[in-house]
Amino acid sequence: MNQVINLKTPLTDKDVEPLRAGDRVTITGIVYTARDAAHRRLIDLVEAGKELPFKVEGQVIYYVGPSPAPPGRVIGAAGPTTSYRMDPYAPRLMELGLKGMIGKGKRSDEVKEAIKKYRAVYMAAIGGAGALMSRAIKSARIIAYEDLGPEAIRELEVENLPAIVVNDTVGNDLYIEGTEKYKKK
Amino acid sequence: MREISTQAIIDAVKEASISANYELGEDVVRAFEEGIEKEESPVGKDILNQLIENSLIARNQRIPMCQDTGLGVIFVEIGQEVSIVGGDFRSALEEGIRQGYKDGFLRKSVCHPFTRKNTGDNTPIIIHFDIVPGDKLKIWVVPKGGGSENMSQLFMLPPSAGWPGIRQRVVQTVAQAGPNPCPPTIIGVGIGGNFEQSAILAKKALLRPLGSPNPDPELGKMEEELLTEINNTGIGPQGLGGRITSLAVHIRMMPCHIASLPVAVNINCHASRHLELVL
Ligand code: SF4
Repeated sequence: MNQVINLKTPLTDKDVEPLRAGDRVTITGIVYTARDAAHRRLIDLVEAGKELPFKVEGQVIYYVGPSPAPPGRVIGAAGPTTSYRMDPYAPRLMELGLKGMIGKGKRSDEVKEAIKKYRAVYMAAIGGAGALMSRAIKSARIIAYEDLGPEAIRELEVENLPAIVVNDTVGNDLYIEGTEKYKKK
Repeated sequence: MREISTQAIIDAVKEASISANYELGEDVVRAFEEGIEKEESPVGKDILNQLIENSLIARNQRIPMCQDTGLGVIFVEIGQEVSIVGGDFRSALEEGIRQGYKDGFLRKSVCHPFTRKNTGDNTPIIIHFDIVPGDKLKIWVVPKGGGSENMSQLFMLPPSAGWPGIRQRVVQTVAQAGPNPCPPTIIGVGIGGNFEQSAILAKKALLRPLGSPNPDPELGKMEEELLTEINNTGIGPQGLGGRITSLAVHIRMMPCHIASLPVAVNINCHASRHLELVL
Protein backbone atom coordinates (compact mmCIF):
# COMPACT_ATOMS: atom_id res chain seq x y z
CA MET A 1 0.00 0.00 0.00
CA ASN A 2 1.22 3.50 -0.79
CA GLN A 3 2.37 6.10 1.73
CA VAL A 4 -0.11 7.96 3.88
CA ILE A 5 -0.34 11.65 2.95
CA ASN A 6 -0.83 14.12 5.77
CA LEU A 7 -3.12 17.01 4.94
CA LYS A 8 -3.40 20.15 7.05
CA THR A 9 -6.52 22.30 6.74
CA PRO A 10 -7.29 24.80 5.30
CA LEU A 11 -6.33 23.32 1.91
CA THR A 12 -4.99 25.04 -1.18
CA ASP A 13 -4.91 24.02 -4.86
CA LYS A 14 -1.33 22.89 -4.21
CA ASP A 15 -2.49 20.44 -1.53
CA VAL A 16 -5.37 19.09 -3.56
CA GLU A 17 -3.98 18.76 -7.09
CA PRO A 18 -1.39 16.01 -6.45
CA LEU A 19 -3.96 13.79 -4.70
CA ARG A 20 -5.08 10.72 -6.63
CA ALA A 21 -7.96 8.30 -6.16
CA GLY A 22 -6.74 5.51 -3.88
CA ASP A 23 -4.35 7.68 -1.86
CA ARG A 24 -4.64 7.20 1.86
CA VAL A 25 -4.66 10.48 3.75
CA THR A 26 -4.95 11.78 7.28
CA ILE A 27 -6.45 15.19 7.98
CA THR A 28 -5.38 17.53 10.74
CA GLY A 29 -6.82 20.93 11.62
CA ILE A 30 -10.33 22.35 11.53
CA VAL A 31 -13.13 20.65 9.59
CA TYR A 32 -16.81 21.61 9.59
CA THR A 33 -19.70 19.17 9.90
CA ALA A 34 -22.82 19.52 7.78
CA ARG A 35 -25.54 17.18 6.52
CA ASP A 36 -28.31 17.92 4.03
CA ALA A 37 -30.51 20.06 6.30
CA ALA A 38 -27.56 22.35 7.09
CA HIS A 39 -26.50 22.42 3.43
CA ARG A 40 -29.96 23.57 2.43
CA ARG A 41 -29.69 26.49 4.86
CA LEU A 42 -26.18 27.37 3.68
CA ILE A 43 -27.33 27.52 0.07
CA ASP A 44 -30.37 29.62 1.05
CA LEU A 45 -27.95 32.12 2.61
CA VAL A 46 -25.72 32.13 -0.47
CA GLU A 47 -28.73 32.72 -2.66
CA ALA A 48 -29.90 35.59 -0.46
CA GLY A 49 -26.42 37.09 -0.67
CA LYS A 50 -25.91 36.73 3.10
CA GLU A 51 -22.78 35.76 5.00
CA LEU A 52 -22.24 32.09 5.89
CA PRO A 53 -21.58 30.92 9.47
CA PHE A 54 -18.03 30.01 8.45
CA LYS A 55 -15.71 31.06 5.65
CA VAL A 56 -15.91 28.28 3.06
CA GLU A 57 -12.70 29.09 1.19
CA GLY A 58 -10.09 26.36 1.56
CA GLN A 59 -12.21 24.46 4.05
CA VAL A 60 -13.17 20.83 4.38
CA ILE A 61 -16.71 19.69 5.18
CA TYR A 62 -17.21 16.37 6.94
CA TYR A 63 -20.63 14.85 6.27
CA VAL A 64 -21.48 13.59 9.74
CA GLY A 65 -24.21 13.77 12.34
CA PRO A 66 -22.45 12.59 15.50
CA SER A 67 -24.15 10.85 18.40
CA PRO A 68 -24.31 12.91 21.63
CA ALA A 69 -21.13 13.21 23.70
CA PRO A 70 -21.30 11.14 26.88
CA PRO A 71 -19.84 12.82 30.00
CA GLY A 72 -16.07 13.15 29.75
CA ARG A 73 -15.87 12.91 25.96
CA VAL A 74 -15.82 15.69 23.36
CA ILE A 75 -18.11 13.81 20.96
CA GLY A 76 -19.93 10.49 20.56
CA ALA A 77 -19.55 8.22 17.55
CA ALA A 78 -18.73 10.25 14.44
CA GLY A 79 -18.50 8.28 11.20
CA PRO A 80 -19.50 9.58 7.76
CA THR A 81 -23.03 9.75 6.39
CA THR A 82 -24.01 8.95 2.78
CA SER A 83 -22.84 11.78 0.55
CA TYR A 84 -25.32 11.76 -2.34
CA ARG A 85 -27.81 13.70 -0.21
CA MET A 86 -25.43 16.67 -0.37
CA ASP A 87 -24.95 16.43 -4.16
CA PRO A 88 -27.49 19.15 -5.05
CA TYR A 89 -25.60 21.66 -2.87
CA ALA A 90 -21.93 20.71 -3.12
CA PRO A 91 -21.04 22.28 -6.51
CA ARG A 92 -22.15 25.74 -5.34
CA LEU A 93 -19.95 25.45 -2.24
CA MET A 94 -16.95 24.38 -4.33
CA GLU A 95 -17.55 27.40 -6.50
CA LEU A 96 -17.19 29.46 -3.31
CA GLY A 97 -13.86 27.78 -2.60
CA LEU A 98 -14.69 24.61 -0.63
CA LYS A 99 -11.68 22.32 -1.10
CA GLY A 100 -12.57 19.05 0.53
CA MET A 101 -15.49 16.80 1.37
CA ILE A 102 -15.41 13.72 3.57
CA GLY A 103 -18.27 11.24 3.45
CA LYS A 104 -19.16 7.83 2.12
CA GLY A 105 -20.75 6.69 -1.11
CA LYS A 106 -20.98 7.72 -4.72
CA ARG A 107 -21.22 11.31 -5.97
CA SER A 108 -23.23 12.63 -8.92
CA ASP A 109 -21.66 13.55 -12.27
CA GLU A 110 -22.28 17.23 -11.45
CA VAL A 111 -20.27 16.92 -8.25
CA LYS A 112 -17.43 15.07 -10.01
CA GLU A 113 -17.34 17.79 -12.69
CA ALA A 114 -17.25 20.51 -10.03
CA ILE A 115 -14.38 18.70 -8.27
CA LYS A 116 -12.35 18.92 -11.48
CA LYS A 117 -13.41 22.46 -12.32
CA TYR A 118 -12.89 24.03 -8.91
CA ARG A 119 -9.92 21.85 -7.86
CA ALA A 120 -11.36 20.02 -4.89
CA VAL A 121 -11.24 16.49 -3.48
CA TYR A 122 -13.78 13.96 -2.22
CA MET A 123 -12.56 11.54 0.39
CA ALA A 124 -14.22 8.52 1.97
CA ALA A 125 -14.04 7.72 5.65
CA ILE A 126 -15.00 4.24 6.86
CA GLY A 127 -18.77 4.13 7.09
CA GLY A 128 -19.95 2.63 10.33
CA ALA A 129 -16.64 3.08 12.11
CA GLY A 130 -18.01 5.91 14.22
CA ALA A 131 -16.28 4.90 17.44
CA LEU A 132 -12.89 4.64 15.71
CA MET A 133 -13.29 7.99 13.93
CA SER A 134 -14.22 9.78 17.14
CA ARG A 135 -10.69 9.16 18.45
CA ALA A 136 -9.33 11.65 15.92
CA ILE A 137 -11.64 14.44 17.13
CA LYS A 138 -10.04 16.63 19.75
CA SER A 139 -12.75 19.26 20.21
CA ALA A 140 -16.22 20.01 18.92
CA ARG A 141 -18.26 23.20 19.05
CA ILE A 142 -21.64 23.99 17.51
CA ILE A 143 -21.33 27.14 15.40
CA ALA A 144 -24.74 27.23 13.69
CA TYR A 145 -28.22 25.69 13.52
CA GLU A 146 -28.33 24.21 17.02
CA ASP A 147 -32.04 23.52 16.43
CA LEU A 148 -31.06 20.81 13.92
CA GLY A 149 -29.69 18.67 16.75
CA PRO A 150 -27.33 16.06 15.27
CA GLU A 151 -27.47 17.99 11.99
CA ALA A 152 -26.15 21.28 13.43
CA ILE A 153 -22.93 22.70 11.97
CA ARG A 154 -20.00 21.90 14.22
CA GLU A 155 -16.43 23.07 14.09
CA LEU A 156 -14.26 20.04 14.78
CA GLU A 157 -10.60 20.08 15.60
CA VAL A 158 -9.21 16.83 14.22
CA GLU A 159 -5.87 15.12 14.41
CA ASN A 160 -4.98 12.51 11.81
CA LEU A 161 -8.53 11.77 10.73
CA PRO A 162 -8.10 8.82 8.33
CA ALA A 163 -9.68 8.85 4.85
CA ILE A 164 -9.14 7.57 1.30
CA VAL A 165 -9.26 9.74 -1.81
CA VAL A 166 -12.17 8.74 -4.06
CA ASN A 167 -12.64 11.59 -6.57
CA ASP A 168 -9.65 13.67 -7.63
CA THR A 169 -9.08 16.74 -9.83
CA VAL A 170 -8.29 14.64 -12.92
CA GLY A 171 -11.57 12.74 -12.88
CA ASN A 172 -10.66 9.40 -11.32
CA ASP A 173 -13.30 7.61 -9.27
CA LEU A 174 -12.08 4.91 -6.89
CA TYR A 175 -15.56 3.44 -6.48
CA ILE A 176 -15.70 2.68 -10.21
CA GLU A 177 -12.05 1.70 -10.65
CA GLY A 178 -11.80 -0.36 -7.46
CA THR A 179 -14.93 -2.31 -8.30
CA GLU A 180 -13.76 -2.94 -11.88
CA LYS A 181 -10.45 -4.25 -10.62
CA TYR A 182 -11.99 -6.93 -8.43
CA LYS A 183 -14.99 -7.82 -10.58
CA LYS A 184 -15.21 -11.51 -11.55
CA LYS A 185 -16.95 -12.27 -14.79
CA MET B 1 -52.17 -16.43 32.56
CA ARG B 2 -48.60 -15.41 33.21
CA GLU B 3 -48.25 -11.76 34.18
CA ILE B 4 -45.43 -9.53 32.94
CA SER B 5 -45.20 -5.93 34.12
CA THR B 6 -44.73 -3.03 31.75
CA GLN B 7 -41.87 -1.85 33.98
CA ALA B 8 -39.95 -5.07 33.27
CA ILE B 9 -40.52 -4.48 29.56
CA ILE B 10 -39.38 -0.85 29.71
CA ASP B 11 -36.18 -1.81 31.56
CA ALA B 12 -35.35 -4.69 29.24
CA VAL B 13 -35.91 -2.71 26.04
CA LYS B 14 -33.92 0.22 27.39
CA GLU B 15 -30.93 -1.97 28.21
CA ALA B 16 -31.19 -3.81 24.90
CA SER B 17 -31.25 -0.63 22.83
CA ILE B 18 -28.05 0.52 24.51
CA SER B 19 -26.23 -2.83 24.34
CA ALA B 20 -27.26 -3.39 20.72
CA ASN B 21 -25.56 -0.11 19.82
CA TYR B 22 -22.42 -0.55 21.96
CA GLU B 23 -21.75 -4.24 21.49
CA LEU B 24 -21.46 -5.67 18.01
CA GLY B 25 -22.58 -9.32 17.93
CA GLU B 26 -19.90 -12.00 18.11
CA ASP B 27 -21.37 -13.46 14.94
CA VAL B 28 -20.53 -10.31 12.98
CA VAL B 29 -17.01 -10.05 14.40
CA ARG B 30 -16.41 -13.68 13.41
CA ALA B 31 -17.65 -12.90 9.91
CA PHE B 32 -15.17 -10.00 9.70
CA GLU B 33 -12.36 -12.37 10.70
CA GLU B 34 -13.34 -14.90 8.07
CA GLY B 35 -13.66 -12.03 5.58
CA ILE B 36 -10.07 -10.93 6.22
CA GLU B 37 -8.90 -14.43 5.22
CA LYS B 38 -10.78 -14.29 1.92
CA GLU B 39 -10.30 -10.62 1.03
CA GLU B 40 -7.85 -10.07 -1.85
CA SER B 41 -7.66 -6.27 -1.72
CA PRO B 42 -5.13 -4.86 0.78
CA VAL B 43 -7.35 -1.81 1.36
CA GLY B 44 -10.29 -4.17 1.90
CA LYS B 45 -8.35 -6.22 4.48
CA ASP B 46 -7.33 -3.01 6.22
CA ILE B 47 -10.95 -1.85 6.42
CA LEU B 48 -12.15 -5.16 7.89
CA ASN B 49 -9.40 -4.93 10.51
CA GLN B 50 -10.48 -1.40 11.36
CA LEU B 51 -14.06 -2.53 11.73
CA ILE B 52 -12.96 -5.09 14.31
CA GLU B 53 -11.02 -2.36 16.09
CA ASN B 54 -14.08 -0.10 15.92
CA SER B 55 -16.22 -2.73 17.58
CA LEU B 56 -13.66 -3.12 20.39
CA ILE B 57 -13.49 0.63 21.02
CA ALA B 58 -17.29 0.85 21.13
CA ARG B 59 -17.59 -2.09 23.50
CA ASN B 60 -14.80 -1.03 25.85
CA GLN B 61 -15.44 2.70 25.93
CA ARG B 62 -19.23 2.31 25.95
CA ILE B 63 -20.03 4.44 22.93
CA PRO B 64 -22.09 3.51 19.86
CA MET B 65 -20.19 1.63 17.12
CA CYS B 66 -21.87 3.89 14.54
CA GLN B 67 -23.25 7.39 15.02
CA ASP B 68 -26.43 6.42 13.20
CA THR B 69 -27.97 4.54 16.09
CA GLY B 70 -31.02 3.98 13.97
CA LEU B 71 -34.75 4.07 13.91
CA GLY B 72 -36.17 1.88 16.69
CA VAL B 73 -37.50 -1.35 15.21
CA ILE B 74 -38.97 -4.05 17.43
CA PHE B 75 -40.32 -7.51 16.63
CA VAL B 76 -42.57 -9.04 19.27
CA GLU B 77 -43.80 -12.60 19.72
CA ILE B 78 -46.23 -12.66 22.60
CA GLY B 79 -47.48 -15.98 23.94
CA GLN B 80 -51.26 -16.05 24.13
CA GLU B 81 -51.07 -17.00 27.80
CA VAL B 82 -49.19 -13.81 28.71
CA SER B 83 -50.97 -10.90 30.32
CA ILE B 84 -49.29 -7.50 30.39
CA VAL B 85 -49.97 -5.60 33.61
CA GLY B 86 -49.28 -2.07 34.83
CA GLY B 87 -49.95 -0.07 31.68
CA ASP B 88 -50.15 -0.48 27.95
CA PHE B 89 -47.75 -2.71 26.10
CA ARG B 90 -47.07 -0.50 23.08
CA SER B 91 -46.24 2.53 25.22
CA ALA B 92 -43.88 0.42 27.32
CA LEU B 93 -41.89 -0.64 24.25
CA GLU B 94 -41.69 2.96 23.10
CA GLU B 95 -40.72 4.18 26.57
CA GLY B 96 -37.88 1.64 26.68
CA ILE B 97 -36.48 3.05 23.45
CA ARG B 98 -36.99 6.64 24.64
CA GLN B 99 -35.05 6.00 27.85
CA GLY B 100 -32.33 3.96 26.16
CA TYR B 101 -31.65 6.64 23.57
CA LYS B 102 -31.55 9.36 26.23
CA ASP B 103 -29.47 7.63 28.90
CA GLY B 104 -27.27 5.75 26.43
CA PHE B 105 -26.35 8.96 24.53
CA LEU B 106 -27.67 7.47 21.32
CA ARG B 107 -28.53 9.72 18.39
CA LYS B 108 -32.13 10.81 17.94
CA SER B 109 -32.76 10.22 14.25
CA VAL B 110 -36.54 10.54 13.81
CA CYS B 111 -38.13 13.53 12.11
CA HIS B 112 -41.26 14.85 10.37
CA PRO B 113 -41.20 13.72 6.72
CA PHE B 114 -41.70 17.22 5.29
CA THR B 115 -40.53 19.78 7.82
CA ARG B 116 -37.67 17.42 8.86
CA LYS B 117 -38.19 18.60 12.45
CA ASN B 118 -36.62 16.09 14.84
CA THR B 119 -39.08 14.54 17.31
CA GLY B 120 -36.29 14.77 19.88
CA ASP B 121 -36.58 11.37 21.57
CA ASN B 122 -36.22 8.84 18.74
CA THR B 123 -39.91 7.96 18.79
CA PRO B 124 -42.23 6.87 17.29
CA ILE B 125 -40.80 3.41 16.70
CA ILE B 126 -41.81 0.59 14.36
CA ILE B 127 -43.31 -2.46 16.08
CA HIS B 128 -44.26 -5.79 14.48
CA PHE B 129 -46.52 -7.83 16.79
CA ASP B 130 -47.15 -11.53 16.48
CA ILE B 131 -49.24 -13.75 18.75
CA VAL B 132 -47.93 -17.27 19.34
CA PRO B 133 -48.83 -20.22 21.61
CA GLY B 134 -47.28 -20.38 25.10
CA ASP B 135 -46.54 -18.06 28.01
CA LYS B 136 -43.30 -16.43 26.89
CA LEU B 137 -42.69 -12.93 25.60
CA LYS B 138 -39.95 -12.61 22.98
CA ILE B 139 -38.73 -9.19 21.90
CA TRP B 140 -36.10 -8.45 19.24
CA VAL B 141 -34.61 -4.98 19.40
CA VAL B 142 -33.19 -4.20 15.96
CA PRO B 143 -32.34 -0.52 15.48
CA LYS B 144 -31.70 0.16 11.80
CA GLY B 145 -29.58 2.87 10.19
CA GLY B 146 -30.77 5.06 7.33
CA GLY B 147 -27.89 4.47 4.93
CA SER B 148 -28.56 0.79 4.41
CA GLU B 149 -32.35 1.06 4.70
CA ASN B 150 -32.34 3.65 1.88
CA MET B 151 -30.73 1.15 -0.50
CA SER B 152 -33.37 -1.55 0.08
CA GLN B 153 -35.89 -2.40 -2.65
CA LEU B 154 -39.09 -4.30 -3.30
CA PHE B 155 -40.14 -5.96 -6.59
CA MET B 156 -43.53 -7.34 -7.60
CA LEU B 157 -42.23 -9.80 -10.23
CA PRO B 158 -44.32 -11.77 -12.68
CA PRO B 159 -44.36 -15.44 -11.58
CA SER B 160 -42.61 -16.37 -14.85
CA ALA B 161 -39.50 -14.50 -13.63
CA GLY B 162 -38.80 -17.41 -11.27
CA TRP B 163 -35.49 -17.94 -9.52
CA PRO B 164 -33.41 -16.32 -12.33
CA GLY B 165 -35.53 -13.16 -12.03
CA ILE B 166 -35.21 -13.08 -8.26
CA ARG B 167 -31.45 -13.62 -8.44
CA GLN B 168 -31.03 -10.84 -10.96
CA ARG B 169 -33.00 -8.33 -8.85
CA VAL B 170 -31.18 -9.15 -5.63
CA VAL B 171 -27.73 -8.81 -7.21
CA GLN B 172 -28.80 -5.66 -9.06
CA THR B 173 -30.03 -4.08 -5.80
CA VAL B 174 -26.68 -4.71 -4.12
CA ALA B 175 -24.72 -3.56 -7.19
CA GLN B 176 -26.68 -0.32 -7.50
CA ALA B 177 -26.22 0.39 -3.80
CA GLY B 178 -22.44 0.11 -4.25
CA PRO B 179 -20.62 1.85 -1.39
CA ASN B 180 -23.68 3.62 0.08
CA PRO B 181 -24.91 1.05 2.64
CA CYS B 182 -21.43 0.66 4.19
CA PRO B 183 -20.37 -2.73 2.83
CA PRO B 184 -19.66 -5.39 3.96
CA THR B 185 -23.41 -5.77 4.20
CA ILE B 186 -25.85 -8.50 5.19
CA ILE B 187 -28.65 -9.09 2.70
CA GLY B 188 -32.14 -10.04 3.87
CA VAL B 189 -34.35 -11.44 1.11
CA GLY B 190 -38.09 -11.96 1.56
CA ILE B 191 -39.79 -14.06 -1.11
CA GLY B 192 -43.56 -14.56 -1.34
CA GLY B 193 -46.41 -13.35 0.84
CA ASN B 194 -47.67 -10.08 -0.57
CA PHE B 195 -46.38 -6.51 -0.90
CA GLU B 196 -45.90 -5.72 2.80
CA GLN B 197 -45.26 -9.29 3.92
CA SER B 198 -42.26 -9.72 1.63
CA ALA B 199 -40.64 -6.66 3.21
CA ILE B 200 -41.29 -7.98 6.71
CA LEU B 201 -39.86 -11.40 5.72
CA ALA B 202 -36.74 -9.69 4.38
CA LYS B 203 -36.23 -7.77 7.61
CA LYS B 204 -36.96 -10.85 9.73
CA ALA B 205 -34.38 -12.79 7.72
CA LEU B 206 -31.79 -10.39 9.15
CA LEU B 207 -32.58 -11.57 12.70
CA ARG B 208 -30.91 -14.92 12.07
CA PRO B 209 -27.37 -14.92 13.50
CA LEU B 210 -24.59 -14.96 10.90
CA GLY B 211 -23.07 -18.38 10.36
CA SER B 212 -26.22 -20.27 11.33
CA PRO B 213 -27.67 -22.40 8.53
CA ASN B 214 -31.04 -21.71 6.93
CA PRO B 215 -33.50 -24.27 8.38
CA ASP B 216 -34.46 -25.08 4.78
CA PRO B 217 -31.41 -26.59 2.96
CA GLU B 218 -32.84 -25.62 -0.46
CA LEU B 219 -32.95 -21.96 0.59
CA GLY B 220 -29.49 -22.40 2.07
CA LYS B 221 -28.15 -23.34 -1.37
CA MET B 222 -29.83 -20.30 -2.90
CA GLU B 223 -28.25 -18.09 -0.24
CA GLU B 224 -24.80 -19.45 -1.19
CA GLU B 225 -25.46 -18.87 -4.86
CA LEU B 226 -26.53 -15.27 -4.24
CA LEU B 227 -23.59 -14.55 -1.96
CA THR B 228 -21.11 -15.80 -4.55
CA GLU B 229 -22.68 -13.69 -7.26
CA ILE B 230 -22.80 -10.61 -5.03
CA ASN B 231 -19.18 -11.00 -4.04
CA ASN B 232 -18.19 -11.37 -7.70
CA THR B 233 -19.36 -7.78 -8.31
CA GLY B 234 -16.04 -6.55 -6.92
CA ILE B 235 -17.63 -3.80 -4.80
CA GLY B 236 -15.76 -4.95 -1.70
CA PRO B 237 -15.46 -3.39 1.76
CA GLN B 238 -16.73 0.20 1.69
CA GLY B 239 -17.17 -0.11 -2.09
CA LEU B 240 -13.49 0.57 -2.71
CA GLY B 241 -13.01 -2.71 -4.55
CA GLY B 242 -12.55 -6.21 -3.19
CA ARG B 243 -14.03 -9.62 -2.54
CA ILE B 244 -16.13 -9.13 0.58
CA THR B 245 -19.13 -7.05 -0.48
CA SER B 246 -21.54 -8.97 1.72
CA LEU B 247 -20.98 -11.18 4.74
CA ALA B 248 -24.11 -13.25 4.20
CA VAL B 249 -27.43 -13.55 2.40
CA HIS B 250 -30.44 -14.71 4.43
CA ILE B 251 -33.69 -15.77 2.77
CA ARG B 252 -37.16 -16.21 4.22
CA MET B 253 -39.96 -17.49 2.05
CA MET B 254 -43.71 -18.17 2.21
CA PRO B 255 -46.43 -18.97 -0.31
CA CYS B 256 -47.95 -16.13 -2.31
CA HIS B 257 -50.94 -15.36 -4.57
CA ILE B 258 -51.08 -17.36 -7.83
CA ALA B 259 -50.67 -14.11 -9.78
CA SER B 260 -47.64 -12.72 -7.90
CA LEU B 261 -44.01 -13.19 -7.00
CA PRO B 262 -43.13 -10.51 -4.42
CA VAL B 263 -39.43 -10.12 -3.63
CA ALA B 264 -38.03 -7.71 -1.06
CA VAL B 265 -34.36 -6.99 -0.51
CA ASN B 266 -33.48 -5.41 2.83
CA ILE B 267 -29.85 -4.39 3.03
CA ASN B 268 -28.26 -4.26 6.46
CA CYS B 269 -24.88 -2.70 7.10
CA HIS B 270 -22.08 -4.38 9.03
CA ALA B 271 -23.27 -2.41 12.09
CA SER B 272 -25.92 -5.09 12.39
CA ARG B 273 -27.67 -4.46 15.66
CA HIS B 274 -29.98 -7.19 16.84
CA LEU B 275 -30.70 -8.34 20.36
CA GLU B 276 -33.18 -10.99 21.39
CA LEU B 277 -34.93 -10.80 24.77
CA VAL B 278 -37.04 -13.50 26.38
CA LEU B 279 -39.25 -12.41 29.29
S1 SF4 C 1 -25.34 2.32 6.84
FE1 SF4 C 1 -25.09 1.36 8.86
S2 SF4 C 1 -22.90 1.45 9.31
FE2 SF4 C 1 -23.34 2.86 7.64
S3 SF4 C 1 -23.63 4.84 8.66
FE3 SF4 C 1 -25.65 3.92 8.38
S4 SF4 C 1 -26.03 2.78 10.27
FE4 SF4 C 1 -23.87 3.25 10.23
